[in-house]
Amino acid sequence: MSSSTRSLISDAHLRRGRNRLVYRVVLGALAVAFTLLFIFPLYWMFSGALKSPQELVQPVPTLLPTEWHWSTFADAWERLQVGHFLLNTAYYAFFGWLIQLLVDVAAAYALSKLRPVFGKVVLGAMLASLMLPAAALLVPSYLTVVDVPIVGVNLLNSPWALWLPGAANAFNVYVLKRFFDQIPDDLLEAASIDGAGRLRMLWSVILPLSLPVLAVISIFAIIGSWKDFLWPLLVLQDPQQQTISVALSRLSFTGQVPQNELYAALAMASLPMIVVFMIFQRRILNGLSAGAIKG
Amino acid sequence: MTVGASERLRRRIGDNLQAYAFLAAGLVCFGLFSWYPLVKGIILSFQQDNFVTPPYWVGLDNYRALFADPLFGTAWLNTLEFTALALLFGYAVPFAVALVVNEFRHAKGFFRVAVYLPVMLPPIVSVLLWKYFYDPGSGLFNAVLSALHLPTSEWTQSPKMAMVSLVLVSTWANMGGATIMYLAGLAGIPSELYEAAELDGASVWQRVRHVTIPQLRFIMLVLLLLQIVATMQVFIEPFQLTGTTNPDTITVMVLIYRYAFTVNNDFGLAAAMSVLLFIVLGAFSAVYLRLTRKAD
Repeated sequence: MSSSTRSLISDAHLRRGRNRLVYRVVLGALAVAFTLLFIFPLYWMFSGALKSPQELVQPVPTLLPTEWHWSTFADAWERLQVGHFLLNTAYYAFFGWLIQLLVDVAAAYALSKLRPVFGKVVLGAMLASLMLPAAALLVPSYLTVVDVPIVGVNLLNSPWALWLPGAANAFNVYVLKRFFDQIPDDLLEAASIDGAGRLRMLWSVILPLSLPVLAVISIFAIIGSWKDFLWPLLVLQDPQQQTISVALSRLSFTGQVPQNELYAALAMASLPMIVVFMIFQRRILNGLSAGAIKG
Repeated sequence: MTVGASERLRRRIGDNLQAYAFLAAGLVCFGLFSWYPLVKGIILSFQQDNFVTPPYWVGLDNYRALFADPLFGTAWLNTLEFTALALLFGYAVPFAVALVVNEFRHAKGFFRVAVYLPVMLPPIVSVLLWKYFYDPGSGLFNAVLSALHLPTSEWTQSPKMAMVSLVLVSTWANMGGATIMYLAGLAGIPSELYEAAELDGASVWQRVRHVTIPQLRFIMLVLLLLQIVATMQVFIEPFQLTGTTNPDTITVMVLIYRYAFTVNNDFGLAAAMSVLLFIVLGAFSAVYLRLTRKAD
């Protein structure tokens, strides 16, 4: 390994006699610790689903299920309606993502390339909302959703109660605008000479160049809506409309659900996100890292 | 006015109309669900509103009622305790972990993926999973502790350990993000700085102190502010593990939820509490935004 990418401790130092052993030991110990801390709990969740309720309440837990009850997953799917709630969550996440992208891309495009009068003021007002902690707006937002001003509709228990507030994402507008800012205006002028309108420029010049940033925003939008809890808890009070997270919270409070079925439900609620992580690992971790370096 | 000038004016108006057509949906969403609630929240904090009777003005009554509520002080103290403990674990641990992992020449990918795995889980899953771990009778933690002949604990059910238990779940579920960001920051430190320090005879610890920490100062500050803002809004851990009435763990957010959505729908009181939380967090957020925007 070249020394040009060295870190705190140099390669030469690590190769020396005893240090090599210390390195191996620390690496091994930390690998074991990470497996126990971060992977084993997930194993516990999946294997807990396979155990019988009797086995789960024993004072000394078993590492492996004594009998493998695969049917628990089917039971939870049926009785706890896990499938129904997963479908709800996926439906909310998909359209939430789509609406968020449409609204925020259009806004960022207007602010970055069309630059209308008061554009800076609008951008400033949008960014100011980044300073508003979500928690502080909870109660007034809830009352707004119950009786939307001007139109006067009640969005409680409607997916729009998630989608519309979700579209007001200042962080997305900011990231997209910054990205669009780096696309040279010359490209747009060339397209304009060819007779392209504003929408066509966005669609055939800006968006194809922005695929990487759109991908990162999309992944984080989906993860965000899958993880969201407090807001859906407030606005989706009808049990049939709930997301998997809110339904799991409610089911756990009833105290009526057998432990193994709840483990199975937890496992099934996590699986889509674990799969997303396995597929998009690099993009997710690098997206986060890029944010860290840019600040 | 010449023909050319009026033509230009007409084009400018047309351009602006088109631009605002693209902005319209965003303005509606931000207007209704960000700017309007902010104003409404402040107004609401001076009103009595419970859904039953139409809202009316009550001056500072909500704020007076807050200060008179014994839970008000408890909730703030608990929130501060949670934030302080969360910083103790959640701030120092990711930094130390990233520092060590960054020295590894092998398996870095595994460490990055493993530490971020819990961040991908829906928070309710982490919390309910740990609820089983904490179970005093059949939980994993007490089983391991008693197998090692160590004293067991009542965890979330013990007044002394309840808050620590909440912080542990929260740290487990969230530390991945900070760790990944520190790793990114560490990878960006120029090698020459370490080489120069080593030539000067600096020990490993001195290199951490005089090279690594100064180089990461910005990101450490940003993460500190972000974590303060996030942990002061803690909700799901106390809500699910210890309940909305437990004075040992009731936090500001839980109390807001309690005022507005459980006891008697006192939205005015909840709004007043939100305004206070907003003022405290707004100060941190403002510093954060100033720092990050200056860096651009």
